[in-house]
Amino acid sequence: MKNLESTMAGTVFTVNVAVGEEVSAGQVVLVLESMKMEIPIEAEVVGKVATINAQVGDFVNEGDVLVTFE
Amino acid sequence: MQKILIANRGEIARRIIKTSKALNIETVAIYSEADQDLPYVQEADYAFLIGPSQVQQSYLKADEIIALAIKENVDAIHPGYGFLSENADFARKAQAAGITFIGPKPETIEKMGDKIASRLTMIAADVPVVPGTEEGLTSVDAAKEAAVAIGYPVMLKASAGGGGIGMIRCDDESMLEQHFDSIKTRAKSYFGNDVVFLEKFIDESRHIEVQIFGDTHGNVVHLFERNCSVQRRNQKVVEESPSPNFPQEAREKLLQAAVKAAKAVNYVNAGTVEFIVDQNHQFYFLEMNTRLQVEHPITEAVTGFDLVEWQLKIAAGEELPVKDQQLITTTGHAIEFRIYAEDPKTFFPSPGTITHQSWGDVADIRVDAGYEEGNKVTPFYDPMISKVIVHAENRELTIEQAQKVFSSAKIEGVKTNIELFHQFLQAKSFTSGVYSTSVLGEWMQQQREEISK
Repeated sequence: MKNLESTMAGTVFTVNVAVGEEVSAGQVVLVLESMKMEIPIEAEVVGKVATINAQVGDFVNEGDVLVTFE
Repeated sequence: MQKILIANRGEIARRIIKTSKALNIETVAIYSEADQDLPYVQEADYAFLIGPSQVQQSYLKADEIIALAIKENVDAIHPGYGFLSENADFARKAQAAGITFIGPKPETIEKMGDKIASRLTMIAADVPVVPGTEEGLTSVDAAKEAAVAIGYPVMLKASAGGGGIGMIRCDDESMLEQHFDSIKTRAKSYFGNDVVFLEKFIDESRHIEVQIFGDTHGNVVHLFERNCSVQRRNQKVVEESPSPNFPQEAREKLLQAAVKAAKAVNYVNAGTVEFIVDQNHQFYFLEMNTRLQVEHPITEAVTGFDLVEWQLKIAAGEELPVKDQQLITTTGHAIEFRIYAEDPKTFFPSPGTITHQSWGDVADIRVDAGYEEGNKVTPFYDPMISKVIVHAENRELTIEQAQKVFSSAKIEGVKTNIELFHQFLQAKSFTSGVYSTSVLGEWMQQQREEISK
Protein backbone atom coordinates (compact mmCIF):
# COMPACT_ATOMS: atom_id res chain seq x y z
CA MET A 1 0.00 0.00 0.00
CA LYS A 2 1.21 3.44 -0.89
CA ASN A 3 2.61 5.70 1.82
CA LEU A 4 1.56 9.31 2.09
CA GLU A 5 4.56 11.60 1.86
CA SER A 6 4.80 15.26 2.74
CA THR A 7 4.65 17.47 -0.35
CA MET A 8 6.66 20.19 1.37
CA ALA A 9 8.56 21.12 4.48
CA GLY A 10 6.47 22.52 7.28
CA THR A 11 5.00 22.09 10.74
CA VAL A 12 2.10 19.69 11.34
CA PHE A 13 -0.95 21.86 12.08
CA THR A 14 -3.65 19.18 12.45
CA VAL A 15 -3.91 15.40 12.05
CA ASN A 16 -7.37 14.67 10.70
CA VAL A 17 -7.46 10.86 10.76
CA ALA A 18 -6.90 8.06 13.29
CA VAL A 19 -5.21 4.67 13.01
CA GLY A 20 -7.63 2.12 11.63
CA GLU A 21 -9.74 4.73 9.85
CA GLU A 22 -10.83 4.13 6.25
CA VAL A 23 -10.03 7.13 4.09
CA SER A 24 -11.23 7.99 0.63
CA ALA A 25 -9.16 9.39 -2.22
CA GLY A 26 -8.91 13.15 -1.92
CA GLN A 27 -9.73 13.18 1.77
CA VAL A 28 -7.64 15.61 3.83
CA VAL A 29 -5.53 13.43 6.10
CA LEU A 30 -3.32 16.08 7.65
CA VAL A 31 -2.75 19.82 7.44
CA LEU A 32 0.71 21.33 7.36
CA GLU A 33 1.62 24.90 8.15
CA SER A 34 4.33 26.21 5.90
CA MET A 35 5.33 29.80 5.19
CA LYS A 36 2.37 31.06 7.21
CA MET A 37 -0.09 29.03 5.15
CA GLU A 38 -2.16 25.94 5.84
CA ILE A 39 -1.46 23.20 3.31
CA PRO A 40 -3.92 20.28 3.22
CA ILE A 41 -2.32 16.89 2.52
CA GLU A 42 -4.81 14.58 0.82
CA ALA A 43 -4.93 10.81 0.49
CA GLU A 44 -4.26 9.78 -3.10
CA VAL A 45 -6.20 6.55 -2.98
CA VAL A 46 -8.71 4.68 -0.82
CA GLY A 47 -7.14 2.90 2.16
CA LYS A 48 -7.10 2.07 5.86
CA VAL A 49 -4.65 4.02 8.05
CA ALA A 50 -1.96 1.72 9.48
CA THR A 51 0.37 4.22 11.15
CA ILE A 52 0.58 7.97 11.64
CA ASN A 53 4.19 9.12 11.81
CA ALA A 54 3.73 12.78 12.66
CA GLN A 55 2.15 14.63 15.56
CA VAL A 56 0.77 18.13 15.80
CA GLY A 57 3.72 20.52 16.14
CA ASP A 58 6.28 18.24 14.47
CA PHE A 59 8.49 19.72 11.78
CA VAL A 60 8.55 17.54 8.66
CA ASN A 61 10.62 17.71 5.49
CA GLU A 62 9.51 17.23 1.91
CA GLY A 63 9.34 13.48 1.20
CA ASP A 64 8.92 12.41 4.84
CA VAL A 65 6.40 9.60 5.24
CA LEU A 66 3.48 11.01 7.20
CA VAL A 67 0.94 8.21 7.07
CA THR A 68 1.12 4.57 5.98
CA PHE A 69 -1.86 2.51 4.85
CA GLU A 70 -2.61 -1.17 5.30
CA MET B 1 19.87 57.99 18.42
CA GLN B 2 23.13 56.24 17.58
CA LYS B 3 22.50 52.52 17.60
CA ILE B 4 19.34 50.46 17.01
CA LEU B 5 18.44 46.79 17.07
CA ILE B 6 16.26 45.47 14.24
CA ALA B 7 13.91 42.76 15.54
CA ASN B 8 13.11 41.41 12.09
CA ARG B 9 14.56 39.70 9.01
CA GLY B 10 14.66 39.72 5.21
CA GLU B 11 13.77 42.69 3.08
CA ILE B 12 12.43 44.91 5.86
CA ALA B 13 15.58 44.45 7.99
CA ARG B 14 17.59 45.43 4.92
CA ARG B 15 15.33 48.41 4.30
CA ILE B 16 15.81 49.71 7.86
CA ILE B 17 19.59 49.20 7.65
CA LYS B 18 19.70 51.34 4.50
CA THR B 19 18.15 54.41 6.11
CA SER B 20 20.10 53.88 9.34
CA LYS B 21 23.37 53.94 7.41
CA ALA B 22 22.33 57.17 5.69
CA LEU B 23 21.65 58.72 9.10
CA ASN B 24 24.87 57.35 10.63
CA ILE B 25 22.98 55.11 13.02
CA GLU B 26 24.60 51.76 13.80
CA THR B 27 22.49 48.63 13.38
CA VAL B 28 22.31 45.36 15.29
CA ALA B 29 20.63 42.54 13.36
CA ILE B 30 19.28 39.28 14.75
CA TYR B 31 18.99 36.10 12.70
CA SER B 32 17.81 32.52 13.02
CA GLU B 33 19.83 29.50 11.90
CA ALA B 34 17.94 29.40 8.60
CA ASP B 35 18.73 33.04 7.84
CA GLN B 36 22.47 33.19 8.49
CA ASP B 37 23.37 33.70 4.82
CA LEU B 38 20.79 36.38 4.02
CA PRO B 39 22.08 39.77 2.84
CA TYR B 40 20.73 41.75 5.81
CA VAL B 41 22.94 39.77 8.21
CA GLN B 42 26.06 40.89 6.34
CA GLU B 43 24.85 44.46 5.87
CA ALA B 44 24.14 45.22 9.53
CA ASP B 45 27.03 46.59 11.60
CA TYR B 46 26.55 43.77 14.11
CA ALA B 47 24.58 40.52 13.79
CA PHE B 48 23.68 37.90 16.39
CA LEU B 49 22.25 34.41 16.12
CA ILE B 50 19.05 34.48 18.16
CA GLY B 51 17.96 30.82 17.90
CA PRO B 52 16.72 27.95 15.72
CA SER B 53 14.70 28.50 12.56
CA GLN B 54 11.15 28.30 13.94
CA VAL B 55 9.82 31.77 14.73
CA GLN B 56 8.75 30.80 18.25
CA GLN B 57 12.38 29.98 18.98
CA SER B 58 13.91 33.00 17.27
CA TYR B 59 12.14 36.15 16.05
CA LEU B 60 9.35 35.90 18.64
CA LYS B 61 11.63 35.48 21.66
CA ALA B 62 10.87 38.89 23.14
CA ASP B 63 12.91 38.49 26.34
CA GLU B 64 16.06 37.27 24.58
CA ILE B 65 15.81 40.06 22.02
CA ILE B 66 15.51 42.68 24.75
CA ALA B 67 18.39 41.11 26.69
CA LEU B 68 20.54 41.38 23.57
CA ALA B 69 19.46 44.98 23.06
CA ILE B 70 20.56 45.79 26.63
CA LYS B 71 23.86 43.97 26.20
CA GLU B 72 24.55 45.76 22.93
CA ASN B 73 23.64 49.06 24.50
CA VAL B 74 21.24 50.14 21.74
CA ASP B 75 19.09 53.25 22.00
CA ALA B 76 16.05 51.81 20.28
CA ILE B 77 14.43 48.73 18.72
CA HIS B 78 12.81 48.80 15.28
CA PRO B 79 10.31 45.93 15.06
CA GLY B 80 9.66 46.11 11.29
CA TYR B 81 6.30 44.50 10.40
CA GLY B 82 4.90 41.14 11.53
CA PHE B 83 6.63 39.26 14.37
CA LEU B 84 6.71 41.50 17.49
CA SER B 85 5.75 44.75 15.75
CA GLU B 86 2.22 44.81 17.16
CA ASN B 87 3.00 43.18 20.47
CA ALA B 88 2.22 45.67 23.27
CA ASP B 89 4.04 43.58 25.89
CA PHE B 90 7.22 43.65 23.85
CA ALA B 91 6.98 47.43 23.50
CA ARG B 92 6.38 47.75 27.23
CA LYS B 93 9.31 45.50 28.13
CA ALA B 94 11.61 47.50 25.86
CA GLN B 95 10.51 50.72 27.52
CA ALA B 96 10.99 49.23 30.98
CA ALA B 97 14.56 48.37 29.96
CA GLY B 98 15.14 51.99 28.99
CA ILE B 99 15.07 51.26 25.26
CA THR B 100 12.87 53.24 22.87
CA PHE B 101 10.36 51.16 20.91
CA ILE B 102 10.14 52.62 17.39
CA GLY B 103 6.37 52.68 17.10
CA PRO B 104 3.28 53.90 18.92
CA LYS B 105 2.61 53.73 22.66
CA PRO B 106 1.91 50.20 24.01
CA GLU B 107 -1.66 51.25 24.95
CA THR B 108 -2.35 52.24 21.35
CA ILE B 109 -1.01 48.92 20.04
CA GLU B 110 -3.19 47.08 22.52
CA LYS B 111 -6.36 48.99 21.73
CA MET B 112 -5.98 48.81 17.95
CA GLY B 113 -4.92 45.15 18.05
CA ASP B 114 -8.30 44.28 19.50
CA LYS B 115 -10.67 44.72 16.55
CA ILE B 116 -13.76 45.05 18.69
CA ALA B 117 -12.12 47.70 20.90
CA SER B 118 -10.85 49.60 17.87
CA ARG B 119 -14.34 49.58 16.31
CA LEU B 120 -15.77 51.06 19.50
CA THR B 121 -13.03 53.72 19.61
CA MET B 122 -13.82 54.74 16.03
CA ILE B 123 -17.56 54.82 16.62
CA ALA B 124 -16.90 57.19 19.55
CA ALA B 125 -14.66 59.34 17.32
CA ASP B 126 -17.36 59.56 14.66
CA VAL B 127 -15.38 57.57 12.07
CA PRO B 128 -17.72 55.29 10.08
CA VAL B 129 -17.26 51.55 10.74
CA VAL B 130 -18.62 48.49 8.92
CA PRO B 131 -22.03 47.55 10.36
CA GLY B 132 -21.53 44.62 12.73
CA THR B 133 -21.55 43.41 16.31
CA GLU B 134 -20.08 45.64 18.97
CA GLU B 135 -19.33 42.79 21.36
CA GLY B 136 -17.71 39.37 21.12
CA LEU B 137 -20.09 36.50 20.29
CA THR B 138 -20.28 33.88 22.98
CA SER B 139 -22.28 31.23 21.16
CA VAL B 140 -23.27 30.16 17.68
CA ASP B 141 -26.89 31.05 18.55
CA ALA B 142 -25.88 34.60 19.45
CA ALA B 143 -23.97 34.75 16.15
CA LYS B 144 -27.00 33.55 14.18
CA GLU B 145 -29.22 36.12 15.83
CA ALA B 146 -26.74 38.94 15.16
CA ALA B 147 -26.30 37.83 11.54
CA VAL B 148 -30.03 38.09 10.88
CA ALA B 149 -30.01 41.64 12.23
CA ILE B 150 -26.98 42.60 10.08
CA GLY B 151 -28.15 40.71 6.99
CA TYR B 152 -26.24 38.01 5.07
CA PRO B 153 -23.61 37.71 3.71
CA VAL B 154 -21.48 38.43 6.78
CA MET B 155 -17.80 38.16 7.63
CA LEU B 156 -17.00 36.11 10.70
CA LYS B 157 -13.78 37.49 12.19
CA ALA B 158 -11.37 36.88 15.03
CA SER B 159 -11.08 40.02 17.18
CA ALA B 160 -7.34 39.46 17.54
CA GLY B 161 -6.89 38.44 13.88
CA GLY B 162 -4.97 40.04 11.07
CA GLY B 163 -2.98 39.43 7.93
CA GLY B 164 -5.90 37.69 6.25
CA ILE B 165 -5.96 34.95 8.87
CA GLY B 166 -8.98 34.27 11.07
CA MET B 167 -11.83 35.47 8.88
CA ILE B 168 -14.38 33.86 6.63
CA ARG B 169 -17.35 34.93 4.56
CA CYS B 170 -20.63 33.27 5.50
CA ASP B 171 -23.49 33.49 3.00
CA ASP B 172 -26.16 31.90 5.16
CA GLU B 173 -26.94 30.40 8.53
CA SER B 174 -25.61 26.95 7.72
CA MET B 175 -22.23 28.38 6.70
CA LEU B 176 -22.07 30.44 9.86
CA GLU B 177 -22.90 27.34 11.90
CA GLN B 178 -20.27 25.34 10.06
CA HIS B 179 -17.43 27.86 10.50
CA PHE B 180 -18.13 29.27 13.97
CA ASP B 181 -16.14 26.71 15.94
CA SER B 182 -13.26 26.41 13.46
CA ILE B 183 -12.68 30.19 13.36
CA LYS B 184 -12.67 30.22 17.17
CA THR B 185 -10.16 27.34 17.26
CA ARG B 186 -7.91 29.01 14.69
CA ALA B 187 -8.11 32.34 16.49
CA LYS B 188 -7.05 30.63 19.70
CA SER B 189 -4.15 28.82 18.05
CA TYR B 190 -2.84 31.74 15.97
CA PHE B 191 -3.57 34.69 18.21
CA GLY B 192 -4.12 33.14 21.66
CA ASN B 193 -7.58 34.73 21.86
CA ASP B 194 -10.79 33.16 20.60
CA VAL B 195 -13.14 36.16 20.67
CA VAL B 196 -15.02 36.45 17.36
CA PHE B 197 -17.43 39.02 15.93
CA LEU B 198 -19.45 39.68 12.79
CA GLU B 199 -19.29 42.39 10.15
CA LYS B 200 -21.51 42.93 7.16
CA PHE B 201 -19.86 41.64 4.00
CA ILE B 202 -19.54 44.53 1.59
CA ASP B 203 -19.81 43.36 -1.99
CA GLU B 204 -17.53 44.60 -4.77
CA SER B 205 -15.53 46.53 -2.21
CA ARG B 206 -12.06 47.99 -2.35
CA HIS B 207 -9.41 48.11 0.29
CA ILE B 208 -8.03 51.63 0.56
CA GLU B 209 -5.76 52.65 3.41
CA VAL B 210 -4.20 55.91 4.57
CA GLN B 211 -0.64 56.39 5.80
CA ILE B 212 -0.62 58.57 8.87
CA PHE B 213 2.14 59.87 11.13
CA GLY B 214 1.97 61.41 14.57
CA ASP B 215 4.70 62.79 16.82
CA THR B 216 5.05 63.13 20.60
CA HIS B 217 4.21 66.84 20.32
CA GLY B 218 0.63 66.20 19.20
CA ASN B 219 1.07 66.76 15.45
CA VAL B 220 -0.70 64.37 13.07
CA VAL B 221 -0.52 64.31 9.26
CA HIS B 222 -1.50 61.90 6.49
CA LEU B 223 0.69 60.88 3.56
CA PHE B 224 -2.23 60.05 1.26
CA GLU B 225 -3.78 56.74 0.38
CA ARG B 226 -2.86 53.35 -1.03
CA ASN B 227 -5.28 51.07 -2.87
CA CYS B 228 -4.50 47.47 -1.90
CA SER B 229 -7.39 45.65 -3.58
CA VAL B 230 -5.41 43.19 -5.69
CA GLN B 231 -5.37 40.27 -3.26
CA ARG B 232 -5.19 36.53 -2.99
CA ARG B 233 -6.23 34.63 0.18
CA ASN B 234 -7.27 37.99 1.68
CA GLN B 235 -3.65 39.12 1.40
CA LYS B 236 -2.32 42.00 -0.66
CA VAL B 237 -0.31 41.32 -3.79
CA VAL B 238 -0.30 44.65 -5.65
CA GLU B 239 -0.71 48.13 -4.13
CA GLU B 240 -0.97 51.50 -5.80
CA SER B 241 -0.94 55.17 -4.88
CA PRO B 242 -2.90 57.26 -5.57
CA SER B 243 -5.98 55.05 -5.81
CA PRO B 244 -7.54 54.93 -9.29
CA ASN B 245 -11.31 55.36 -9.65
CA PHE B 246 -11.61 57.51 -6.55
CA PRO B 247 -13.20 60.99 -6.88
CA GLN B 248 -11.39 63.86 -5.18
CA GLU B 249 -14.30 64.58 -2.85
CA ALA B 250 -14.40 61.01 -1.51
CA ARG B 251 -10.60 60.98 -1.20
CA GLU B 252 -10.60 64.18 0.88
CA LYS B 253 -13.23 62.75 3.23
CA LEU B 254 -11.32 59.48 3.61
CA LEU B 255 -8.03 61.26 4.38
CA GLN B 256 -9.78 63.45 6.96
CA ALA B 257 -11.36 60.40 8.60
CA ALA B 258 -7.94 58.76 8.86
CA VAL B 259 -6.48 61.82 10.59
CA LYS B 260 -9.49 61.87 12.92
CA ALA B 261 -8.91 58.18 13.72
CA ALA B 262 -5.23 58.82 14.47
CA LYS B 263 -6.04 61.80 16.69
CA ALA B 264 -8.66 59.75 18.57
CA VAL B 265 -5.89 57.54 19.92
CA ASN B 266 -3.18 60.26 20.19
CA TYR B 267 -1.22 58.32 17.65
CA VAL B 268 2.58 58.48 17.65
CA ASN B 269 4.89 57.27 14.83
CA ALA B 270 3.87 55.49 11.58
CA GLY B 271 0.42 53.96 11.30
CA THR B 272 -2.06 52.92 8.68
CA VAL B 273 -5.82 53.32 8.82
CA GLU B 274 -7.50 50.70 6.65
CA PHE B 275 -10.92 51.27 5.11
CA ILE B 276 -13.34 49.23 3.05
CA VAL B 277 -14.74 51.36 0.22
CA ASP B 278 -17.91 50.35 -1.61
CA GLN B 279 -18.93 50.96 -5.23
CA ASN B 280 -20.43 54.35 -4.34
CA HIS B 281 -17.17 55.43 -2.67
CA GLN B 282 -18.72 55.16 0.80
CA PHE B 283 -16.01 54.10 3.22
CA TYR B 284 -15.92 52.25 6.53
CA PHE B 285 -13.09 51.86 9.06
CA LEU B 286 -11.72 48.32 9.04
CA GLU B 287 -8.67 48.37 11.27
CA MET B 288 -5.59 50.33 12.18
CA ASN B 289 -2.13 48.86 11.71
CA THR B 290 0.24 50.22 14.31
CA ARG B 291 3.49 49.79 12.39
CA LEU B 292 5.25 50.41 9.10
CA GLN B 293 3.47 48.55 6.28
CA VAL B 294 4.97 46.24 3.67
CA GLU B 295 3.65 48.63 0.99
CA HIS B 296 5.19 51.82 2.44
CA PRO B 297 7.54 52.26 -0.57
CA ILE B 298 4.75 53.47 -2.88
CA THR B 299 4.02 56.27 -0.41
CA GLU B 300 7.74 57.07 -0.40
CA ALA B 301 7.72 57.13 -4.19
CA VAL B 302 4.83 59.58 -4.58
CA THR B 303 5.61 61.84 -1.59
CA GLY B 304 9.39 61.77 -1.86
CA PHE B 305 9.83 61.14 1.89
CA ASP B 306 11.80 58.35 3.60
CA LEU B 307 9.28 56.83 6.01
CA VAL B 308 11.88 54.96 8.06
CA GLU B 309 13.71 58.26 8.56
CA TRP B 310 10.46 59.79 9.81
CA GLN B 311 10.01 56.87 12.20
CA LEU B 312 13.52 57.22 13.62
CA LYS B 313 13.21 60.98 14.10
CA ILE B 314 9.82 60.73 15.79
CA ALA B 315 11.09 57.95 18.05
CA ALA B 316 13.99 60.23 19.03
CA GLY B 317 11.44 62.78 20.21
CA GLU B 318 11.70 65.17 17.26
CA GLU B 319 8.69 66.82 15.65
CA LEU B 320 7.32 65.49 12.35
CA PRO B 321 9.74 66.38 9.52
CA VAL B 322 6.78 68.16 7.86
CA LYS B 323 4.02 69.39 10.17
CA ASP B 324 2.06 71.44 7.66
CA GLN B 325 -0.31 69.14 5.79
CA GLN B 326 -0.39 71.57 2.84
CA LEU B 327 3.31 70.97 2.24
CA ILE B 328 2.81 67.22 1.76
CA THR B 329 1.99 66.54 -1.88
CA THR B 330 2.27 63.66 -4.33
CA THR B 331 3.89 63.35 -7.73
CA GLY B 332 2.95 60.77 -10.34
CA HIS B 333 1.78 57.24 -9.69
CA ALA B 334 3.45 54.29 -7.97
CA ILE B 335 2.67 50.56 -7.92
CA GLU B 336 4.25 47.88 -5.75
CA PHE B 337 4.30 44.19 -6.67
CA ARG B 338 4.99 41.62 -3.97
CA ILE B 339 7.12 38.78 -5.30
CA TYR B 340 6.19 35.54 -3.55
CA ALA B 341 7.98 32.20 -3.66
CA GLU B 342 4.82 30.30 -4.45
CA ASP B 343 3.02 28.34 -7.12
CA PRO B 344 1.23 30.97 -9.25
CA LYS B 345 -1.82 28.74 -9.72
CA THR B 346 -2.43 27.14 -6.33
CA PHE B 347 -0.64 29.86 -4.31
CA PHE B 348 1.03 27.10 -2.29
CA PRO B 349 4.48 28.13 -1.08
CA SER B 350 7.57 27.02 -2.95
CA PRO B 351 10.67 26.87 -0.76
CA GLY B 352 14.05 26.24 -2.40
CA THR B 353 17.33 27.86 -3.42
CA ILE B 354 17.27 30.90 -5.68
CA THR B 355 19.64 29.84 -8.46
CA HIS B 356 19.07 32.89 -10.62
CA GLN B 357 17.58 36.32 -9.97
CA SER B 358 17.53 39.23 -12.40
CA TRP B 359 15.13 42.15 -12.73
CA GLY B 360 15.67 42.92 -16.40
CA ASP B 361 17.14 46.09 -17.82
CA VAL B 362 14.47 48.58 -16.85
CA ALA B 363 15.77 51.88 -15.50
CA ASP B 364 14.40 53.64 -12.43
CA ILE B 365 12.69 50.78 -10.66
CA ARG B 366 13.12 50.10 -6.97
CA VAL B 367 13.62 46.54 -5.81
CA ASP B 368 13.55 45.76 -2.08
CA ALA B 369 14.86 42.20 -2.07
CA GLY B 370 15.28 40.06 1.01
CA TYR B 371 17.17 37.40 -0.89
CA GLU B 372 19.88 37.37 -3.54
CA GLU B 373 21.04 34.68 -5.94
CA GLY B 374 22.28 31.63 -4.02
CA ASN B 375 20.10 32.31 -0.96
CA LYS B 376 17.75 29.67 0.32
CA VAL B 377 14.02 30.35 0.79
CA THR B 378 13.08 28.21 3.79
CA PRO B 379 9.63 27.01 4.90
CA PHE B 380 9.73 28.89 8.20
CA TYR B 381 8.68 32.37 7.16
CA ASP B 382 6.32 34.30 4.95
CA PRO B 383 6.85 33.46 1.26
CA MET B 384 7.33 37.10 0.21
CA ILE B 385 10.90 37.34 -1.08
CA SER B 386 11.03 40.82 -2.55
CA LYS B 387 9.07 43.85 -3.71
CA VAL B 388 9.24 45.69 -7.00
CA ILE B 389 8.19 49.34 -6.96
CA VAL B 390 7.55 51.25 -10.16
CA HIS B 391 6.99 55.02 -10.20
CA ALA B 392 6.15 57.13 -13.26
CA GLU B 393 4.32 60.32 -14.24
CA ASN B 394 0.91 58.70 -14.43
CA ARG B 395 -0.83 55.36 -13.99
CA GLU B 396 -0.68 54.41 -17.65
CA LEU B 397 3.08 54.94 -17.85
CA THR B 398 3.59 53.12 -14.56
CA ILE B 399 1.75 50.07 -15.87
CA GLU B 400 3.72 50.26 -19.13
CA GLN B 401 6.97 50.35 -17.19
CA ALA B 402 5.86 47.45 -14.97
CA GLN B 403 5.01 45.39 -18.05
CA LYS B 404 8.59 45.87 -19.24
CA VAL B 405 9.90 44.76 -15.85
CA PHE B 406 7.83 41.59 -15.71
CA SER B 407 8.53 40.60 -19.30
CA SER B 408 12.25 40.51 -18.52
CA ALA B 409 12.55 39.73 -14.79
CA LYS B 410 13.54 36.17 -14.00
CA ILE B 411 13.84 34.11 -10.82
CA GLU B 412 14.85 30.46 -10.96
CA GLY B 413 15.07 27.76 -8.32
CA VAL B 414 11.76 28.61 -6.67
CA LYS B 415 8.36 29.17 -8.26
CA THR B 416 7.25 32.81 -8.20
CA ASN B 417 4.34 34.99 -9.31
CA ILE B 418 6.46 37.00 -11.80
CA GLU B 419 4.76 35.50 -14.87
CA LEU B 420 1.36 35.96 -13.19
CA PHE B 421 2.07 39.72 -12.90
CA HIS B 422 3.23 39.81 -16.51
CA GLN B 423 -0.15 38.44 -17.62
CA PHE B 424 -2.28 40.26 -15.08
CA LEU B 425 -0.86 43.65 -16.10
CA GLN B 426 -2.68 43.16 -19.40
CA ALA B 427 -6.02 42.43 -17.73
CA LYS B 428 -8.61 45.06 -18.72
CA SER B 429 -10.16 44.87 -15.28
CA PHE B 430 -6.88 46.05 -13.76
CA THR B 431 -5.75 48.54 -16.40
CA SER B 432 -9.17 50.25 -16.33
CA GLY B 433 -8.58 51.06 -12.67
CA VAL B 434 -12.18 50.13 -11.84
CA TYR B 435 -11.70 47.01 -9.77
CA SER B 436 -12.54 45.45 -6.41
CA THR B 437 -10.82 42.96 -4.10
CA SER B 438 -12.09 40.08 -6.23
CA VAL B 439 -10.22 41.28 -9.35
CA LEU B 440 -7.34 38.81 -9.24
CA GLY B 441 -9.48 35.77 -8.44
CA GLU B 442 -12.02 36.60 -11.12
CA TRP B 443 -9.37 37.23 -13.73
CA MET B 444 -7.68 33.89 -12.94
CA GLN B 445 -11.02 32.11 -13.23
CA GLN B 446 -11.55 33.73 -16.65
CA GLN B 447 -8.10 32.64 -17.81
CA ARG B 448 -8.84 29.05 -16.80
CA GLU B 449 -12.15 29.09 -18.64
CA GLU B 450 -10.54 30.44 -21.78
CA ILE B 451 -7.92 27.69 -21.75
CA SER B 452 -10.53 24.97 -21.33
CA LYS B 453 -12.64 26.31 -24.23
